[in-house]
Amino acid sequence: MQNPYLPYPVRIDEIITETEDKNLKTFKLVFLNPDDEEKFSYMPGQFAELSVAGMGEIPIGIASSPTEKGFLKFTVNKVGLVTTCLHSMKAGDIIGVRGPLGRHIWDTLKGKNVVIIGGGFAFTTLRSSIIYMLDPLNRMNFKEIHVIYGARSPGMLLYRDELAEWETRDDINMHITVDGTDDPDWKYNVGFVPTITEQKAPPGNSDTYALICGPPIMIKFTQPVLDKLGYTHNHIIMSLEMRMKCGIGICGRCNIGKKYVCKDGPIFTLAELDNMPKEY
Amino acid sequence: MKYINIDKKNWASGLENLYGNYRLFGPVKNNKHHVLKELGKGELPDLNYINTLLSPKSIVFPQSETMFEYSLDESKEDHHILKEINKDYSPRALIGIRPCDAASFLLVKRNFDTPEYKDPYWLSAYEATICIGLACSNPCSTCFCTSAGCGPFHEDGLDLLLVDEGENFIAKILTPRGENFIKSAGWKTEADHMAAKKTIKNMKMKAEEKIASFVSTDQLKNKSTIDLYGAPFWEKIAFACINCGTCTYGCPTCWCFDIQDEVSKSSGIRMRNWDSCMYPLFTLHGTGYNPRNTKVQRVRQRFMHKLKYYVDKYGDGIQCVGCGRCIRLCPVNIDIRRVCDIMNNYDSRSRLET
Amino acid sequence: MSDYTAKIKEISARLLKEEKVEMVIGFRKGTVPMMNEPCFVKTPEDVKELVWDSNCGINLANYLTDRKEKIGIIAKGCDSRNIVTHIIENKVKREQLLIIGVPCKGMIDKNKITSMFENEINEVLEDEENIIVKGKVFEKTLNKNDVLQENCKICIHRNPVISDELAADLLDEQKDIDRYEDVRKIEAMATEDKWKYFEDLLSPCIRCYACRNACPLCYCPTCFVDESRPQWVGKSLDPTDTRTFHFLRAYHCAGRCTDCGACERACPMGIKVRMFTKKLEKDCLELYGWEAGLSLDERPPLDTYRPNDPEDFIK
Repeated sequence: MQNPYLPYPVRIDEIITETEDKNLKTFKLVFLNPDDEEKFSYMPGQFAELSVAGMGEIPIGIASSPTEKGFLKFTVNKVGLVTTCLHSMKAGDIIGVRGPLGRHIWDTLKGKNVVIIGGGFAFTTLRSSIIYMLDPLNRMNFKEIHVIYGARSPGMLLYRDELAEWETRDDINMHITVDGTDDPDWKYNVGFVPTITEQKAPPGNSDTYALICGPPIMIKFTQPVLDKLGYTHNHIIMSLEMRMKCGIGICGRCNIGKKYVCKDGPIFTLAELDNMPKEY
Repeated sequence: MKYINIDKKNWASGLENLYGNYRLFGPVKNNKHHVLKELGKGELPDLNYINTLLSPKSIVFPQSETMFEYSLDESKEDHHILKEINKDYSPRALIGIRPCDAASFLLVKRNFDTPEYKDPYWLSAYEATICIGLACSNPCSTCFCTSAGCGPFHEDGLDLLLVDEGENFIAKILTPRGENFIKSAGWKTEADHMAAKKTIKNMKMKAEEKIASFVSTDQLKNKSTIDLYGAPFWEKIAFACINCGTCTYGCPTCWCFDIQDEVSKSSGIRMRNWDSCMYPLFTLHGTGYNPRNTKVQRVRQRFMHKLKYYVDKYGDGIQCVGCGRCIRLCPVNIDIRRVCDIMNNYDSRSRLET
Repeated sequence: MSDYTAKIKEISARLLKEEKVEMVIGFRKGTVPMMNEPCFVKTPEDVKELVWDSNCGINLANYLTDRKEKIGIIAKGCDSRNIVTHIIENKVKREQLLIIGVPCKGMIDKNKITSMFENEINEVLEDEENIIVKGKVFEKTLNKNDVLQENCKICIHRNPVISDELAADLLDEQKDIDRYEDVRKIEAMATEDKWKYFEDLLSPCIRCYACRNACPLCYCPTCFVDESRPQWVGKSLDPTDTRTFHFLRAYHCAGRCTDCGACERACPMGIKVRMFTKKLEKDCLELYGWEAGLSLDERPPLDTYRPNDPEDFIK
């Protein structure tokens, strides 16, 4: 019997500090057993449990794209016990990865316009999605791609080099924004994500899906904007966070109504959420 | 279906024969209660009991269970790599388990045995376990099994059903595993098929007539989750609750667990422990945010899970076998029968009118 | 007890009707023998739910923690002492409360009575002195004093120490009670016998925390056993962790415990958890002459310093 609780051993290959507050670090992980990489076959939007022996596990969205071979990337916010421990680790250390976990919605998005709306450190799986869609082998499967991504300040944006590169491309419409900045050289937007969404996002129609990932306050104020723009609730896709342990719908803690966020989510359409208790 | 007559004079010698082929578990009276315990050689289960204090779930789902082990000693080649450990999954027999408790395993199995993921610990232990049921001829007043999809002579989940006739047991063989068990014990006397069938039928009817409490569940499926979730009665239901985990720990169908690492010097284990939706920590995010921060929310979760979410998810009844333990154990007398009826009879429209 | 119930209903209805309180916290009749359920009533019509008998052992002070309403609360002697402690510890304000004091004749021990009978008990009735236990095929009358909870047997504060209304006339307090016979027995044990005693005592514990959660003193927003950063105590059934929980909980209650017995009553496994708290209660009495919850005007010994505090027990 395959043991779904057993993590694949991985080595930390590289650690990149992403933000000026140093609370977000990206861990590039390499499988110790090359066969495991094949078994860990994932799609953007899924997550994995990072396992630190002696500390425990933590569910983290996968930041790398399946089109990037030879490694996995996770961007980890320093919050609790396990993430704090991870932040103190160094390249060469051994940890574990268990997954991929959660569902994805790429069958739905095929052939559609995709509007990505992200805020703060929740941008990780959205990075995965963007890299995936921009891959030369995949780009023709999607129509227009829009990205609205905001952070408190320029120094708090994740993946700044990649953002700059995407800005120069013509197959993706980037709308980067910050809440505020005193940097005179800042050449992108200033304003909260809901405001920028209202100004820049295309109107909703049956061919357009919005993917939202961000802090609850951002989601709360973005949703009415999308309503106004004509997005129906089954065209708004959101990712939820919950305390999780097993990640496979068995340990029982991450339910909202009859759904387990770890297994039946973490991605839900707003139409699905409308029929679930507001307990998240 | 085969019936065997077990003369009680041959009961001990049969168990003696089984010892060694199976790990035997059965009810034993400690100073106050009947508890389920592994029987040593020559030790007999005490079958003169109503039910065990706690459910038998710990036999397949221990309250604390080691999952993996590892070394943190960096001089070792496989340091920090989690490894599976050998566990004893040799055949075990639960002797005298009540039909409700055996049925609970089937409800719980749906959680641990899914199309996508199999829980190897629960499943291996369950597959190693054979259930020798003891029919309830004298159910207690808090039993409501017959209205919870179960009953005092219920057979689902059992390999063998023992019916106490005074001088002897009639053993109804329900599975090949039950048949092997009987053979292994050396109980050979076949009972007259028709007579045994008739006796059991009569006793079953009498036992079912003795069940004095019921829940109504017929409307639960039709109710809207959102309506029940937002119903005004939860504050009153939850008021007395002290948010201990007694109901969940005693319940045969509560399966939630926590995963923890524990380290001693340079070696560590990853283990799982029973957890409870009654505890605030159960859903506390790393950020400090808690979607079920209040007692009312947590009590609602427990009852909604058992009586609505489960009903909707699997479509064939509540996540409860009516064993009544939560009623007997609750320190503040929160009674699932009362809650179930309130939920089943709740009409959100009448709420708007009043 | 029916006169107690009638009086409680009358007072509660009046307080609600005159809008002196928003709710009354009391007990309603339980669904199983020897159990009542803590409840609240908010309208004069609903006071019919309230009852009083020998099955009101849960300490209602536990339900006051951090509440903001104006509350009427039914309080027997121990409840009233825990209300005092709650007020002293700023968990509720005196002005918020209208205390309906109940001179208490003791609560019966459900576990003890249950274990006296082979068969299931279906009904338990009571009069002034007797408890009548009925099963399907038996009926037995017990002397109430013989089946009281252990803490009630040795109670010397049956009357509420603080109240605004009384549900009955005050009782004579019990005199010449030896409260600590059992504690002295353990104190006299050799170290290894003591260890063995506590090990056996705690071996049935399933760490459900019913003892802690039934205790009005255990109101910490996050109990030390639930702390994860740092995690002080493991979560398994390791005996060290279980002991740590019980020992530390008892110490947290030192000088505050009123021996109300709620912990022991709540324990599903029938563990005599009071054996820990009682030792500390005894120490507080002997060292500081202190009994918890008797006065609003005096600070507890463990949050005050006096130059002449005894210190020879500090080693």
